[in-house]
Amino acid sequence: MSFTAPEIAWGALSPVVIVLVAGIVGVLVEAFVPDRARRAAQLVLAFGAPVGAIVAVAALWDGVSSSGGTDVLDGSLLVDGPTLVIQGVIAVLTLLALLVVADRTATGEDAFAPTAASIPGSDYEELARRKGLTQTEVYPLLLLATGGMMILPATGDLLTLFVALEVLSLPLYLLTGMARRRRLLSQEAALKYFLLGAFASALLIFGVALVYGYSGTLRYSEIAAATGTPSALDPLLLVGAVLLLVGLLFKVGAVPFHSWTPDAYQGAPTPITGFMAACTKVAAFGALLRVYYTIFPGLQWDLDVFLWTVAIATMVVGTVVALVQTDIKRLLAYSSIAHAGFILTGVVALDEAGISAVLFYLLVYGVATVGAFGVVWLVRERTVPQASTDVAADELAEAGDEDLRTSVLGEATHLSQWAGLGRTHPALAGAFALFLLSFAGIPLTAGFIGKFAVFSAAVDGGAWPLALVGVLSSAAAAFFYVRIIVLMYFTPAPGRDDAAVEPSDEDAAPVVESRASDENAAPGEDVALAGADGSSAVATLVAAPTATTTTTVVPSEGLAAVAIAVAAVLTVVLGVFPTPVLDLISDVARFLP
Amino acid sequence: MHSLALAATLPAVSPVVNPAGATASGGVWSFAWLVVALPLASAAVLLLLGRRADRWGHWLGVLASTGAFVVGLLAMLEVLGQAASSRVWDLRLGTWIDAGALHLDAGLRFDPLSLTFVLLVTFVGTLIHVYSVAYMEHDTDRRRFFAYLNLFVAAMLLLVLADSFVLLFVGWEGVGLASYLLIGFWNHNTPYAVAAKKAFVANRVGDVGLLVAMGLMFAHFGALDFGTVLADPAAHASEGTLTAIGLMLLLAACGKSAQFPLQSWLGDAMAGPTPVSALIHAATMVTAGVYLIVRSGAIFEAAPSAQLVVVVVGAITLLFGAIVGCAKDDIKKALAASTMSQIGYMVLAAGLGPVGYAFAIFHLVTHGFFKAGMFLGAGSVMHGMDDQVDMRRFGGLARYMKVTWITFMMGWLAILGIPPFSGFFSKDKIIEAAFIPTDGAQWRAWVFGTVALVGAGITAFYMSRLFFMTFEGERRWTTRKDGSEQHPHESPALMTWPMIVLAVGSVGLGLFLALGNRFTGWLEPVTGHVEHEEPVLPAGVLIALTLTVVVVGLVLAWRRYATATVPVVPPLGTALTRAARVDLYQDAVNDAVLVEPGQHLTRSLVYADHAVVDGGVKGVTHATVGLGALLRRLQTGYVRTYAATMLGGLVVLLVVVLAVQS
Repeated sequence: MSFTAPEIAWGALSPVVIVLVAGIVGVLVEAFVPDRARRAAQLVLAFGAPVGAIVAVAALWDGVSSSGGTDVLDGSLLVDGPTLVIQGVIAVLTLLALLVVADRTATGEDAFAPTAASIPGSDYEELARRKGLTQTEVYPLLLLATGGMMILPATGDLLTLFVALEVLSLPLYLLTGMARRRRLLSQEAALKYFLLGAFASALLIFGVALVYGYSGTLRYSEIAAATGTPSALDPLLLVGAVLLLVGLLFKVGAVPFHSWTPDAYQGAPTPITGFMAACTKVAAFGALLRVYYTIFPGLQWDLDVFLWTVAIATMVVGTVVALVQTDIKRLLAYSSIAHAGFILTGVVALDEAGISAVLFYLLVYGVATVGAFGVVWLVRERTVPQASTDVAADELAEAGDEDLRTSVLGEATHLSQWAGLGRTHPALAGAFALFLLSFAGIPLTAGFIGKFAVFSAAVDGGAWPLALVGVLSSAAAAFFYVRIIVLMYFTPAPGRDDAAVEPSDEDAAPVVESRASDENAAPGEDVALAGADGSSAVATLVAAPTATTTTTVVPSEGLAAVAIAVAAVLTVVLGVFPTPVLDLISDVARFLP
Repeated sequence: MHSLALAATLPAVSPVVNPAGATASGGVWSFAWLVVALPLASAAVLLLLGRRADRWGHWLGVLASTGAFVVGLLAMLEVLGQAASSRVWDLRLGTWIDAGALHLDAGLRFDPLSLTFVLLVTFVGTLIHVYSVAYMEHDTDRRRFFAYLNLFVAAMLLLVLADSFVLLFVGWEGVGLASYLLIGFWNHNTPYAVAAKKAFVANRVGDVGLLVAMGLMFAHFGALDFGTVLADPAAHASEGTLTAIGLMLLLAACGKSAQFPLQSWLGDAMAGPTPVSALIHAATMVTAGVYLIVRSGAIFEAAPSAQLVVVVVGAITLLFGAIVGCAKDDIKKALAASTMSQIGYMVLAAGLGPVGYAFAIFHLVTHGFFKAGMFLGAGSVMHGMDDQVDMRRFGGLARYMKVTWITFMMGWLAILGIPPFSGFFSKDKIIEAAFIPTDGAQWRAWVFGTVALVGAGITAFYMSRLFFMTFEGERRWTTRKDGSEQHPHESPALMTWPMIVLAVGSVGLGLFLALGNRFTGWLEPVTGHVEHEEPVLPAGVLIALTLTVVVVGLVLAWRRYATATVPVVPPLGTALTRAARVDLYQDAVNDAVLVEPGQHLTRSLVYADHAVVDGGVKGVTHATVGLGALLRRLQTGYVRTYAATMLGGLVVLLVVVLAVQS
C-alpha cells in the first residue's frame, strides 16, 4: 500500500504553527535553559508567539478575503475568513491574558504554586516557597492550549476537531490546578474540570462515531452532502449531531452542561480564569458555528428545538443564579454562562449577519473578561495588625517588602470585600465598572454593540423569542453588575464607617457547596485560615472576611495594569467606533463549504 | 463630523408629522453639535482632573451649561427664521455602525420639539447649576456633583436631539445613569442606596420596553431612525404590531416618567440633593417619557388601542399622585407626588393624539419652570431650617424667608392654574382637550375630562396644604438636630436669584407663549395642524368649573392648615389618608407582584441547580454503596452531581429532539 504525504501549505498554517512551535520550544527551554534566564526566555517566547500569530493572520488576510479561503493538510484544516478572525481574536486575547499571567506582585509572587506537585500544606511546599521557586512551565502550557484553540475552529473533519479539543483542554486542566493560594480549592477544581471534560469528550467522540456510522465519512463537506437530503433523516444521525454539539456546548458552558464553570473559574488561578473564560469560549463558539453552519444545514429544523432550548435555559439560569452569588469569581462565571446564552442566540440566527455578530460579540466579551479577571487578581486581602485596625489601605505603598510578603494574602473574592473600592482605588474600580457596564450592554460600551448585533441578527433570522428572552435576561443581569458598582462606589468599606455593610443581598440563602477552605499558609498568616489539613475538604462557604483583614490592591510589576488599561480602552473604542472592526469581520464572515 | 451639503429639496409642506428634515449645514449648524459636546467635555474634564479641579470645577460646570444654552438659543433663532414648513433640520454626525444588515447613522434632529426641550433643559439646568454652587458649598465632593450634573445635561440633550431610537436610547441610558449617580450622591447610608436601587430597577423595566419596541421596529421597518419609522408606520406593520410597539414605548415612558404602575421610585429618589430633584425629577428627565410618546406620535395614531392605554395610564397616575400628595408630610415627597400627578396630565394629553401633543409639551415647559422653582424653594427652606423636611415642623416661615416665600407663592399660584399665571394656560387647555370626544366616543370625553377636572381640585388642595403648612400659620419649629435653637434664615443670593428667575417664568411664561397661539404654532411642524374641535361642554363653562374646584380646594386647605392648628404629630387619619401616606400600598403591591415571584424563581432555580439533582443522585449512591464510599473518600465535592446534570439534561434534550422530529 502506498502512502502519499499530503501537500502542506505552511503559509496558511503559519498562525497555528508559530504558536505551537513556540510552545514546544518553551518545553525545551524548561529543560535546557538555566534557572536565571528561564523566565526571561519564556516571556520572550510567550509574548512573541501571539504577536507572530497576529502578524501571520494579517499577512494571510488579503488572500483569504479575496479567495474565500483554502483547505490545507488534505482538507483537515480550513483556512477561511471566520478561521482567521477567530485566530486573530484568540491571539489578541491571549496576548492580553498573558500580561496578567506574567504579572507578579512587587515582592515577586506570581499567581501559581511554587511547585504544583507538592502536597498542599506540606514541608516540601513550604521549602519551595521559601526558595522562591516559580513554575515557568505555565507559559508553554498556555501556548499549547492556545494552539489547540486556534486549530479548533479551523478543523475540516471530525477527528481533527476531537484532537484539537483535547489539545486545548489538557493544558487547561493542568493550569486550573496550579493556583498559589487556596490550593485545595484549585486542585479540586482541576479534578472536576478534568472529569467532566473527559465525560464531555466521550460524548463528543460518541457523536463522531454515530455521525460516521451514518455518513461513512469524517469530512464536514461530505457529511453535509450526505445529510443534505431530508428524506434520509435517521435517529442515528440526529443523536450523533446532538452529541457532537454537546461536546462543544460543554466548552462554552451552556446549560445544562455548565456545572463545571463556576467551580473551575473559582478554583483556577485568576489570570488563568481570565484566559480560559475568554479564549476557550471564542474557540468553542468558532467550532460550534462551523459545525452548525457547514455540517448540519440540512438538519437545521430538527436541531433548532435543541439549540433554542439550550440557549433559553443558558440565559435564564446564568442570569438568575448569578443574582445570588456572593463570590466575585463565581459571579463572573455565571455571568459568562449567561453570555454564552446571548451568543447562542446569534448562532441560531443562521445567516451571515449572525456569523459576524457572534464573532464581534466574542471579541468584546473576551476583552472585558480578561480585563475583569485582571482586576480581580489585583484586589487582595490584607491582614491588619490588631493595634492599627484603622490603618488605611493606601499606606500599603509605603510598607516594606517584608511587610507586604506577610500581610498581603489571596484575592479578596467575597463581594463584601469590594465595598468602598471606588473610593480607595478609583482608577481600578473605574475600569472594573466599565467592564461590568460592557457586560451589562449599556450603550457606548462595546457590549452594547455586541448585544445589539446578536439580537438583531436573531430577530432577522426569525428567532425573535430568543431575542426577547435575551433582552429580558440582560435587563435582569444588569442588576447584579450594577450592584457591584454600587458596592464599590456607594458602600463604605467595612471597618471604615459605622454603617453596616450589606454584603450582597438581603434574603438569598448562601449557596453552600463543597469548599476547601485552605490557604497556602504564609508566615504570619492566621493559622485558622490555613486550618484545612489537606486531607479533607470542608463544606463551607469560602471564609468570609474576619475583622482583622482588609481589602487592598496589591502593588505589582504593572503588566496586569497594562492589560486592564488596554482592555478598558478597547471596550470604549469598540463601543463608540465599532464600524472598522465590524467591517473587517463582516467582509470575511463566510465559511468554506 | 457633520455633512456639509445642503439638501437641495426641502420637505414638502406636510400636515402630519414631518418624517425627514432638511440636511443641516453651514452657519449655526456647523457648531450645533457643541450643544451636547460642551457639557460632556466639561463632565470629562471634571472627572479626569479629580481634586485638582476642586477650586474652580463648579464654575466650569456652570459655564458649560450656559454655553449649551447659548448654542441652543442660536439654533432656535435660526429655525425661527425659516418658514414653518422647513423647520426640521437633520445634522448628520456620521455613520455609527455599518456592517452588513446593520446600518446605523448617528445624527441630531433640530426641530421645534427638540429645540423646546433643549432650551428648557439648558435654561433651567443653568439656573440650577448656579443654585447648586451655593447649595453644595460645604460638600467636599462638589466638583464631582457638577461633573454628574453636566453629564446629565449632555445625556438629556442627546436624548431629545437624537434622530433615531438607538441614539435616543443612548441618551435614555445616560440620563438613567446620571440620575442614578446623583440620587446616590449622598449614599453613604443604606436607605439612599435602596432608593437608588429602586429607581434603577423601575428604569430597567422601562428600558426593556424600549428595547423590545426597538426590536419590533427593526423587524418590521428594517431601520430605527425617525425618518423611516415615523414616516408612515401603518404602511410597514399591522395595527397589532403597532399596538405592541406603542405599548412597549409606553412601558418605557412609564419607567422614566414615574407613571403607573412604575411610579414608586420617584418618591424615594427625593433622597438625592434638592437641586437634583429640581432638575431631574421635576423639570427634565421625568418628562422624557412624554417626549417619547409625542415623538412617536405617528405610531400611536396608527394604534388607537395603545393610545387609549396611554390616556388611561395618564388619568390613573394623575389621580394617584394627587391623592398621595394630600397625605405626605415630607415637603420633597409631597412635591414628588405632585410631579407624578402633573406628568400624568401631560401623558393624558399626549395620549389624546395631535389635539393634545402641543398642550402636553406646553404644560411640560410651564411645569418645568414652576415645579423647579418650588423645588429650589423647598431646598432653600431646608437650607434655612437645618435640613428639616417635615412640614409639620415648619409654619410661619413667610416672615423669615421673604424671597423664598414670594417665589414659592408664584409657583404655587401657577400650579393651581389661577389666571394669569403660567399653569392656567397650559393645564386648562389639557382639561379642555380631555373633554373633546375622540372618534366620536362621548363617554371618553366625559370620563377623562372629569378625571382631569377633579385632579385640578385635588391639586389645589394639596399644593395649598403644602404652601400653608410651610409658610403660613403659627411656627411649629423648635430646636435643631444638635439641640440649639432653630434660626430660619434666607438663603444666599446665588440661591435666591435662580428662584426669582424661575418665579418670573411661573408668572409670565404661560401668557407669553399662549398669546396668539405662539407655542402651538411653533410646534406645528412636528405635531401637525389640528382643526379646532368642540369639547362636550363650552370652553367658558369648563374654565369656570375648573376655577371653582380650584377655589374650593384652596379654601378647604386654608381652613385646615392656615387658620386651624396643625398638629405636630400626624393624626391617625382616615383609611384613605393612611393608604396615601404609604403611596397607596404601591410598594406592597410591587413586592407581591414582582419581587416575591422573582425571588421564588431565583430560589427554586438555585435550588434546582444545586439540590434537586443532587438529591436524586444521593439516592442512587445509597444503592451503589461502594461507589458512594469511593466518591466520599475522594472528597471531590459533587462532581457526580454535575455529571448527572449533564447526562440528565442531555437525555431530556434528546427526547425532545427525537419527539419533535418524528
